[in-house]
Amino acid sequence: MITRKRLATGACALLAALSVALLPTSATADEPVAKESPKVELVLDVSGSMRAKDIDGKSRMAAAKQAFNEVLDAVPEEVQLGIRTLGADYPGQDRKRGCKDTRQLYPVGPLDRTEAKTAVATLAPTGWTPIGPALLGAAEDLEGGEATRRIVLITDGEDTCAPLDPCQVAREIAAKGIHLVIDTLGLVPDAKTRQQLTCIAEATGGTYTSVHRTEDLSRRVRQLVDRAADPVVTPVATEGAVRCADAPQLKPGLYTDREAFGQHRWYRVDLLPGQELRASVSVSADRAVNNDYGVLLRAVTKHGREIVRGSEAGDGRTDVISTGLRYPKPELDDEPGDAKPAAETVCLQISNSFSAPPSVKTTPGMPIELTVDVVDGPSAASDVASFGLGRGWWLLGALVLVGFVAGLLWGWLSRWRVAVWRTN
Amino acid sequence: MRTVRMLAAAALTGAALLGLAAPAALADSPTATANPDDTRSTSGPTEAGTTFRTAARFLPGQQATAQAATGDYLYWVFPADVGQRPTVNATVTLPDAALRHGPAVWRVDVYDGLRRRQPCMYGTQSRTAAEETATVELACVLRPVRASADAWADDPLPGSYYVRLTVTSLPDDDLGQPFTARIGVSTVDKGGAYATDGSLAAPLVPGATTADQAEADADAGRPSAVEAAAPEDGWSSGWWSDRWLWTGAGGVLAALAGIGGYVLTRGTGRPPRVPPAA
Repeated sequence: MITRKRLATGACALLAALSVALLPTSATADEPVAKESPKVELVLDVSGSMRAKDIDGKSRMAAAKQAFNEVLDAVPEEVQLGIRTLGADYPGQDRKRGCKDTRQLYPVGPLDRTEAKTAVATLAPTGWTPIGPALLGAAEDLEGGEATRRIVLITDGEDTCAPLDPCQVAREIAAKGIHLVIDTLGLVPDAKTRQQLTCIAEATGGTYTSVHRTEDLSRRVRQLVDRAADPVVTPVATEGAVRCADAPQLKPGLYTDREAFGQHRWYRVDLLPGQELRASVSVSADRAVNNDYGVLLRAVTKHGREIVRGSEAGDGRTDVISTGLRYPKPELDDEPGDAKPAAETVCLQISNSFSAPPSVKTTPGMPIELTVDVVDGPSAASDVASFGLGRGWWLLGALVLVGFVAGLLWGWLSRWRVAVWRTN
Repeated sequence: MRTVRMLAAAALTGAALLGLAAPAALADSPTATANPDDTRSTSGPTEAGTTFRTAARFLPGQQATAQAATGDYLYWVFPADVGQRPTVNATVTLPDAALRHGPAVWRVDVYDGLRRRQPCMYGTQSRTAAEETATVELACVLRPVRASADAWADDPLPGSYYVRLTVTSLPDDDLGQPFTARIGVSTVDKGGAYATDGSLAAPLVPGATTADQAEADADAGRPSAVEAAAPEDGWSSGWWSDRWLWTGAGGVLAALAGIGGYVLTRGTGRPPRVPPAA
């Protein structure tokens, strides 16, 4: 397969050079953009409830501090780390002031371990739990650049600053399309805290962990920080149209968009004869959705004829639902001279059959991830079997029988010929 | 290249002609040796990804492990080539029974390089773990990978395969508890029985590009997605199958049977009615 491809390219070096000049240089979106160092912000709850002594016999605050020290020692060199606190400063009863109590303890940037540790050591459990404002603040701290971003939220109680729903805040942050993931850790969480933290994590494609032991906490935070350091291809934000005619033109690459319940998104891809289009789509369930759901990806011609579709349905708890399709466009038989064959515009339609209970907000839409690849077309199959070859005992039997009968006939024939020759 | 392969085929058929090896023995095509041996337990990644994009890569025969929190979606990716039938095995070591409040349903799903879900022929893809169970074993036997398929079919094709492991149903109280997972893939070579004609220009690997683009990337020193996702010994050309041997052996047997038939009827070369002295 690969060798064949190489051979083809080798033989058509001139053609390749020509078409490279002519073709739109594809896959600009494909290159790993994330050469910038990833950014992580640890958001630590320093509210009064962190005094509770229920993690390994120590206070939650002590456990968090110990975990932070271990994590700060193990942060990979390339990661830019920041720390933000919530509820660290205002001990009073005024809700309005208490709900603004979040500040950046250590700015996002190259890490000075001693400095960061000293800053953490000064913390003492104090105030309210303004998770929503803290998340907004953290998102601001991480702004700028194309790096991957991660917020690790460590808290022991639910947000005490309604009506700003932290879950909705998280979803809105994610909808800005800045590749931001929020991982949440609940320290000895109760049911309400857990629900809120899972909702935040779900909204941004992050994870939720409940912590009952110090070692679990430090190991998990370390793991999350390491995850941020893993190089990943960052998708390019795009916005699909409601019909093909207005749809954005996509080159091969990785894209993200948002799609509300029941909405359709259209994109266009140019495909030359003899090339194959590969598209896959994942729709993330970033909120509480009803139990049954599905996704449909269709490749349609400009005139509305469906070429091929990929569909998938499922039920139960899920993070994404995905499907994909291939469309090999056949070579043209009669190429008009040396002229470059015209590219066909293939319209890609994405629809989903997610639904949600009425209490769930439908905006912004659910994140979708679309990959578009254009490769050379497959070599056509002229037969079901490889090269039309046969296999198995029936084949051997048939061949032996036919060979034997042919031998008999040939023998008779030559005998008859000899007899005729002799008698004459 | 093609001619070299043709010559190799001719030589092999020649060998078959001379040796007349039993067809049963021929069923072991040379690709079978390409499989990494299961007994060699090389270690795979110790972390899993959390999305298709971040899936942790491992090779058949390796054991990938991960520590995570219940409710996480863990992703791995492995390559599968033409003629192989991969089996995914997953072992989940559940959180302490003391921390759990009820039964949980664990599930392993396999997706191909186009993120299309692949059905399991056999194997317990999903299992309910009772409250006191310590481990859950899951398995999924995929269909044999073919060289080509209709654009309208979702037959397994050579390329990347994603494995997703998660808990699909559990009491809400049990979310976020630590568990460990171990996952491995073994492949069985199904040989020529599934050897189909035609082949993809590039395996189903996300980020695969046209040959021109691949050439340009190679010149620029960028690693190609297809090469990066390849099995240990590269993607096979898909050209070889034991059908060559079966067909060759069939030809030989037919020729022998033909000679036999000829000898039977041709006799000694002298018609019996003609006296020797005539």
